[in-house]
Order: sequence, then C-alpha cells, then structure tokens
Amino acid sequence: MSDTEILQEPWARVSRQREGATFGIWVFLATEALFFGALFLTYAIGRIENPAGFVAAGRETDVFYGTLNTAILLTSSLTMAVASQAAAEGEAALHRLVVWCLGATVLLALAFLVVKGFEYREDVEKHLVPGRDFAIVERGAQIFFALYWIITGVHAIHVSVGIVLISRLWIMAATRRMKVEKNPQIEVAGLYWHFVDIVWIFVYPLIYLPGRATG
Amino acid sequence: MTTDTLVAGELPLGERPDYLREGRTVLSWLTTTDHKRIAILYAITITFFFFLAGAAIALVRLELFTPNGDLFSNDTYNRLFSFHGIVMVWFFLVPSIPTVMGNFLVPLMIGAPDVAFPRLNLMSWYINVIAGVFTIYAVIAGGVDTGWTFYTPYSTMFSNSYVLAAAFGVFTVGFSTIATAVNMITTVHLLRAPGMTWFRLPLFVWSIYATSIVIALATPVLAISLLLVIAERWLGLPIFDPARGGDPILFQHLFWFYSHPAVYIMVLPAMGVVSEIIPCFARRRIFGYQFMVYAIVAIAGLGFFVWGHHMFVSGQSPFASLIFSLLSFIIAVPSAIKVFNWTASLYRGQITFESPMLYALGFVGLFTTGGLSGLFLASIPIDIHVTDTYFVVAHFHYIMVGGSVSAFFAALHFWWPKATGRLYPESWARFAALLMYFGFNLTFFPQFVAGYLGMPRRYATYPPEFQVYNVMSSSGAAILAAAYLLPLGYFTWSLFYGRKAGNNPWDATGLEWSTTSPPPPKNFDHEPRVDHDPYDYHPQGASAGIGSRPVHQHERDLR
Ligand SMILES: [Cu+2]
Repeated sequence: MSDTEILQEPWARVSRQREGATFGIWVFLATEALFFGALFLTYAIGRIENPAGFVAAGRETDVFYGTLNTAILLTSSLTMAVASQAAAEGEAALHRLVVWCLGATVLLALAFLVVKGFEYREDVEKHLVPGRDFAIVERGAQIFFALYWIITGVHAIHVSVGIVLISRLWIMAATRRMKVEKNPQIEVAGLYWHFVDIVWIFVYPLIYLPGRATG
Repeated sequence: MTTDTLVAGELPLGERPDYLREGRTVLSWLTTTDHKRIAILYAITITFFFFLAGAAIALVRLELFTPNGDLFSNDTYNRLFSFHGIVMVWFFLVPSIPTVMGNFLVPLMIGAPDVAFPRLNLMSWYINVIAGVFTIYAVIAGGVDTGWTFYTPYSTMFSNSYVLAAAFGVFTVGFSTIATAVNMITTVHLLRAPGMTWFRLPLFVWSIYATSIVIALATPVLAISLLLVIAERWLGLPIFDPARGGDPILFQHLFWFYSHPAVYIMVLPAMGVVSEIIPCFARRRIFGYQFMVYAIVAIAGLGFFVWGHHMFVSGQSPFASLIFSLLSFIIAVPSAIKVFNWTASLYRGQITFESPMLYALGFVGLFTTGGLSGLFLASIPIDIHVTDTYFVVAHFHYIMVGGSVSAFFAALHFWWPKATGRLYPESWARFAALLMYFGFNLTFFPQFVAGYLGMPRRYATYPPEFQVYNVMSSSGAAILAAAYLLPLGYFTWSLFYGRKAGNNPWDATGLEWSTTSPPPPKNFDHEPRVDHDPYDYHPQGASAGIGSRPVHQHERDLR
C-alpha cells in the first residue's frame, strides 16, 4: 500500500495533509475547551452562590463509581496513546499492536458507559433528579444535580462519539481496509480521545469530591 | 470597460469546463465538495432566510405605521420580531460573508485548490439547512416570543411559545459555523500558495481568519447557554431558576460572551470586503496595510472583553460596568484606525463610482455612524437613559444592516463577474446602491431620535407623538425592500443575458482575478506563485502616471 491511498484533495503531500488534520483537530479542541469551560463556569457560579447546597449534594454522589470510571478512562487514554504512537512509527510490524490497542480503547470506553449507566440508575432510585421529589432539601442542591446530569451527560455524548470514531478505525484496521502506518486519522482520533479524558479529570473533583474532604 | 484581451504573457486556454458546468445535475450540486459550489449553496439558503426574515419585519413595520395595534395581537407582534432577529442574526448575518464570500474567495485569494476539509465544508451546509428547518418549524408551530436574546427566566419558565425548537435550531447552526471556521483557519495556515506570506494576504483573508477564530472561541459558549435553557425548559433541570438557587443573570453573561463577539463575526468580514474594493476603485494601495492587519486582530481580541456593556442595567457590579465601559471605548480605536485608513486610501486616488464602490463607501459612512452611536451606548449614563429604546435598535442596525449588509452587497457586485462570468447592468446596480443608502437612512435615522426621546423597543403600540418617526421609518423600510429586491432581479437577468465578464473586469489585483471567470474546478490551471505585496495599484506618494505600475493599470489609464 502506498501513500497515495491516504492522500486526499486538496493536499499536495501526505505530510502536509497530516499536518492539516492535526491542526484542524486542535482548533476544534479549542472550541471544545470553551464549550466545557462555559459549563464549568456555570458550576463555579452555582457553587459560589450555594456553598452549602453543593456540599450537601456532592456527598450524595457515588464516589466508588466515579473513581472506577476515572481509572477506566485513564487506562483507555494509555491504550489510545500507544495506538497513536505505534501508528505514527510507520512500521508495518506494529500493525497488530495498533489494532489491539484501538480495540482495547473501544472496550474500555464501553465499560465507562456501562458503569455510568449503573450509576445513573442508582441516582434515579435515590431521587437525585431535580424536581418535585428531589431527595436533598438544602437550597442549591438541585442546581448541583442539574449540572451533574448536564455535565456528565454531555461528557457521555462525547465518549459515545469517540467510540464511534475509534471503532470505525478499529474495524477498518483489523480488516486491513485502511493503512494504519502514519495515518493521520488515528492521531486525530487520539487527540480527541485524550481531550475527552482530560475533561473528565476536571469533572471528577467537581462532581465527586465536594463535601468529602472535611467529612 | 471589459478587458477580454489577454494580458501580455498569458496563454489562451483550451476548452475545459468551469466549476458551474462541471456537473449539471442537481445531485452533482448536493454532493459537491467544491468550495465554490458550496458557496453558491450557501448563497441560495441565506438569500431565502434573508427574505423570510425581511418579510417578518415588513409586517412589523406595517404594524408600527400607526400608534395603535391594528393588524396583529401583541403576541403575534412579539413572534414576528423574534423570528426576524433570530433568523437574520444566525441564518443570514453570521453565515453571510464568511460562508458565501469566504468559502468562495479564500482559497482563490491564497492560491489554493480548495479548503482544507472539503467534505466537512459540505457537511456544514447540511447542518445549516437542518438547523434552519428546526427554526422554521418553530415558526410554523406557532412562533417564539422571547426576542433573539432568549433571556431567562422568561425563556425558561414563562414563555408560552416554541422556545425549544428555535433554541435547538440556533444551537445546531452553531456547529455549522464552527465547522466553517475550523476549515478557514486551517486553510489559511496550511494551503497558502508558494510566496503567499502572512503579510501578503489580502485583508479580506485576514478578516475571515480573525472572524473564524472568534467564531471558534465564542460559539461554543452560545451553544452552552442555549443547552442550559433547553435543559431547564425541557428536562426541568434548574439552572437559572432563582427560587431554587439559580442565577438568571448568568444567562446574560454567557449569552453576551458570545453575542458581543458575534457583532465582530458580522462586521469584520464586511471590513475585509471593503478593504478589497476601495483600493481597486481608487487605484490606490491600501493605506497602512500592517495597521489594518493589527486593527483586525485587535478588534477580534478585544471583542471578547466588552460583553458587559449589554448589562449596565442588569444589576451587575458598578465596577464591572466601569471596566466594560472603558474597554468598549478602547475597542473604538482600532475601528477608527480602519475608517481613517480607508479614507486615506482614497487620497489622490483616481476614484470611480462603480456599484461595488458605492456600496463600499456607503458601508464606511453607515459603519461610522453606527460606531459613533456605539460610543454613546458605551458611556453608562447615556446607556441607562436609552436602554431598550429605539436608539439601541438604530445603533445596531447601522452596524449590521448599514455596515454588514451593505458590504455583503458590495461583495456580491464586486465578485459576481468572477463567480458567474457575467456582467450585470451597471446603471441598475448603481441605482440600487443609492436607493439602499437612502432607504436605509430614512428607516433608521428617525429611530435614533425616537429612541432618544424614549420610545421603547419591542412594543406593538406607542404614544402618538412618536408616529412621525415611525411613518418615516416604515416608508424607508418600503424603499429598502425595493432596493433589496432589485439586485435579485438584475442578477438573475445577468445570468442569462449579461455580457461576458472576462477574467478581470475591474482591473483588480489579487490572485482570484488571475484565473478565469468562472474559475475551473480546481481554481487555477497552474499553481500560482506570489512575488509581490497585495493591492498592487499606484504606490503611496506617486501620482498617477509616475512610477512602476502594473501593465494593465497603465493601459487602463491610457484609455
Ligand atoms: Cu456589544
């Protein structure tokens, strides 16, 4: 397989095309940073205005599921990084490693969603959905949980998009319909996936740690 | 004044299809990845939205002809102006110059065969259409009455209209604009032709580049603010509900963090257009090219830090108001630099008044008026006096309609021959340009007065002493409507009967004029090389007839 299979309009050279793909995804991630940034700002305002409510509500989140998911997601970041680096090496011998790592990333991401699903079910059972029979009485706790559902929901949508992107690459690579060596798509998917993980690193302390440090 | 003759050294080209004739089926248009065709697709959709939103405001102006509410209920009236605002801002103004002119021109101007991500480009048009369908659905279902600003808690808790569909439409169209922005930024960074250095870029490219950065950094915040409105209204998740600890003012902060930079999303590309046209019809290099670039970048950057001037009466801290007021005054400096430089570019020029130039000069005058009235609004005491009056309405229409829409029409007239290969009837075009200028001022200048005297915006009825201003305004709107419809007529006519334009009907410099009209699918028959600065007209200080000048310009002067 030659480079010309990867080359697309309007690029003249594959190296330039790869540069373009990476550059484009960085710009997109800047957009995403402001997207989540605005959510975190909303959280910050809510917390400043309702400190007691946020502490009371934070205590009700499930820190076990949250921590487990953090571990899962960070591991998936590792497998994705290996896949991306192995592909960038450009060695045909590393093809299998790339396929394995892409597969592992997809499975870990699915595991994250499954755990999240269990957590959501418990939250619903504990009446942690804002509304008439909401479980916590402190003022502002409903704001916390509104943001809990929105932030984790938006994050889960990003995880799902990542799963679709990476599974596609995984299937194409496994069936050898796509060349993985120096393929810019793997690096692009990798950058996106790392971003989704970094967002979670911010989400974790905001959601699971309030009200826990001081007991 | 066509120059179909070949410039020395240019070889006659053999027959090959241009981008318009490359594929003739509708499907070939709907699946195209050619940036020029996508620009045409956008042109069609934004024209549709422009006239749709224009029709809504025509009804509003009809209602305002008399002080009493004769035609519509207050509810209907609210829905009409809301629809006008939402569609004009997000489905016409924001995409207008970037997606139509930017898409068409940026690759041509930098010597690239296409944008960096052609399929993403097509996808962004489809997202735009889907978002438009949602918004139109909101209207057919019964309309939305929040105004274009979707302020909470009205939009989340009290409005009895189709806020969800409209908010979702605007939320979605944001992705379309972001996709175009990512495309433009990457294209300018990585697809410039050999020799096309950053400081040889035409100012139009600079303006689209800066606009795209603003779009990429501001639009996600709008998306979040609308997402939160949707979550509260639809899922009952309280964010802005004060009874449960939420903060409705936070919405205004998020909304204006986008919507003030959005003013520059709408006006920076217009400035870029005017910077191309004025040098061409004054036969002058642009005055202070580097300052123009720095001014663009300064406006784009400072634009992020002035949003609070929309909230002087919201109860925000007076210290915040003070800072926002100061910064709003400061941002007038780079804007003024641009106005002075355009004027200085005219100095000792051989000015001719072709229709694009008329529109461009109209832009300078109207933008200056709008900008100066903006300084009134940046000063807190005056702003408090005229908040939510027609003074504000007049101010932002001077910037957005007088400024951006005039520039959009300037661009249409300037690059129409390039895009279609045809010339339109020039005298009709000049007439339309003058009519537009006259109609615009008749519509909006009286609103400054009415607003200053205290006429509030967004009401279907008003005290009778304001009628004279409203009659002027409504008559102006009728003239304006005619001025907008005229080009639709003669442009369509020119497609079939217009004279052939030739490659460069205006004797303009710039790479887009070096290829054929209409350009071939990949823009250039040979990869262009650039070895000189932009705006290769008479250099500063040299009068016409002296100094080294491009051959075609010399020939033009002899004629
Ligand atoms: Cu503003």
